Amino acid sequence: MNIHGIRAIYRFEMARTFRTLMQSIASPVLSTSLYFIVFGAAIGSRMGEIDGTSYGAFIIPGLIMLSLLNESISNASFGIYMPKWAGTIYELLSAPVSWVEVLLGYVGAAATKSVMLGLLILITARFFVAYEIAHPIWMFAFLVLTSVTFSLFGFIIGLWADDFQKLQVIPLMVVTPLTFLGGAFYSISMLPPLWQKITLFNPVVYLISGFRWSFYGHADVHIAVSTGMTLGFLAICLAIVSWIFRTGWKLRS
Amino acid sequence: MSHSAPPVPDAAASDAIVSIRNLGKTYAGGFEALRDINLDIRRGEILALLGPNGAGKTTLISIICGIVNATRGTVYADGHDIRHDYRAARAAIGLVPQELHTDAFESVMATLKFSRGLFGRPPNPAHLEKVLRDLSLWDKRNAKIMTLSGGMKRRVLIAKALSHEPKILFLDEPSAGVDVELRHDMWQMVRQLRESGTTIILTTHYIEEAEEMADRIGVINKGALIVVEDKAVLMRKLGKKQLTLSLQQAMERIPEGLAGLPLELSEDGLTLVYTFDTQSEETGIAGLLRRLGEQGIDFKDLRSSESSLEEIFVNLVRKPKGNPA
Ligand SMILES: Nc1ncnc2c1ncn2[C@@H]1O[C@H](COP(=O)(O)OP(=O)(O)O)[C@@H](O)[C@H]1O
Ligand SMILES: [Mg+2]
Repeated sequence: MNIHGIRAIYRFEMARTFRTLMQSIASPVLSTSLYFIVFGAAIGSRMGEIDGTSYGAFIIPGLIMLSLLNESISNASFGIYMPKWAGTIYELLSAPVSWVEVLLGYVGAAATKSVMLGLLILITARFFVAYEIAHPIWMFAFLVLTSVTFSLFGFIIGLWADDFQKLQVIPLMVVTPLTFLGGAFYSISMLPPLWQKITLFNPVVYLISGFRWSFYGHADVHIAVSTGMTLGFLAICLAIVSWIFRTGWKLRS
Repeated sequence: MSHSAPPVPDAAASDAIVSIRNLGKTYAGGFEALRDINLDIRRGEILALLGPNGAGKTTLISIICGIVNATRGTVYADGHDIRHDYRAARAAIGLVPQELHTDAFESVMATLKFSRGLFGRPPNPAHLEKVLRDLSLWDKRNAKIMTLSGGMKRRVLIAKALSHEPKILFLDEPSAGVDVELRHDMWQMVRQLRESGTTIILTTHYIEEAEEMADRIGVINKGALIVVEDKAVLMRKLGKKQLTLSLQQAMERIPEGLAGLPLELSEDGLTLVYTFDTQSEETGIAGLLRRLGEQGIDFKDLRSSESSLEEIFVNLVRKPKGNPA
């Protein structure tokens, strides 16, 4: 195991994060806070409770997920896309590192940043909305699992993309709609029966539901199903990345 | 000047630090960039790979360093198969790429620490300081790379490649876009590295650079390695022409009466090649013809030629000396 190599990549990526602190941490925290102000403090007081939880508190897990997914994907995809774009990837390709080590470095850094961001949003939310966390360990586990999974997904997008547009199209056109429709702002039991069924094809439903369960102890789908689906997605991403590195697809001609 | 393919010794047993066998590369579009390359790079030497733009020099280096996948053949670096034992092979190699690919926002020191770590080495500030000082970069160690000039960026790339103390250093077109001063600094540094035991492979399309630096010179053209020779031998051959005699009757060997002359007999015994020095006043041709007559050797044709290698060199030298593409 090339521990020094993993550490070098990880440090490099974390340094990039702190160099762009405003863009990478402050701006997602700020935009999420706006949701808390609008839906939590302002409109939330006029809305009824959902499953015994105030609306402002109900949307916290979904909003954190929304940020987490977008930031994980954009961070990790940018992290590997940049060296490809700038040509500095030659060094990574010529280095004695395995794909597992490359992942630990890049995805580890992107996930670390997402976890930090998630916790920061959680703390910020406290200023606007009162909430409690029923299962803190599960909450943290979900935070980490989601950050890792979607950083991995972002890493794949970064490998695949060969221009900036491709880099942004998936978060913008796929992930954000799926999150909004995945129950970030409502319980899927509020939907008409047909839409409840259709919604179950949306993987983000399982993430938000599981995460919300860790806060309030009730969920749209069973916690075991949520965990299973997330782990399944993680496994698929791992399989794709290992295939990419073994074949050199888009990396080595 | 005929050149037969080098023999194929057991890769692990030879004193070669890099062994390349039957290496070929066909790019996705179907373009054959390298064909059947066989080359042993000797431990501790400076080898210059000379060839025009598009010859395949960068492709060859990229395969050895792990950036491009070979289509055929094998490469051993420092005794390790570059594919199956890539970790050990790559740890021994430092690469200075042809293009100035740098992390614009990083400081010089940060990028060196990154490179050293990436290649699996524990931190060693003293070594990094030495590398930076040798390359006159120490004053710039905290500067962001994007603020540096092209020549300085080239030095940073060299420093990165040396950060992990490689046994083998590849310099791809090191003097591309580089001013005279840096070029001489660089040559100086390359010689120092060689003295400390580093094997150096540089590519160039400047014949002067190969002549100045190399112990051995390999010429690549259109994806084929045409010749690999000690520089001294090559330079001697370059100054020579050949006289080819087509014989009436095949000879088994060169007769004793012609012994001591620079003659080579073809395998079928029908062609005799006489190599002579264009620089000297006496070509010796008159003497050769007289002695052939004495021996009763008849020939039906006689033609004088420059070697194909020389043609390649002449071609190269005549090319306008702009920056490489
Ligand atoms: N990724 C690639 N895909 C297709 N052809 C390539 C690729 N890289 C290089 N080539 C072609 O291979 C040939 C050799 O290129 P290169 O190794 O860069 O030559 P050199 O370094 O000697 O100038 C050139 O004709 C070039 O166009
Ligand atoms: Mg080249």
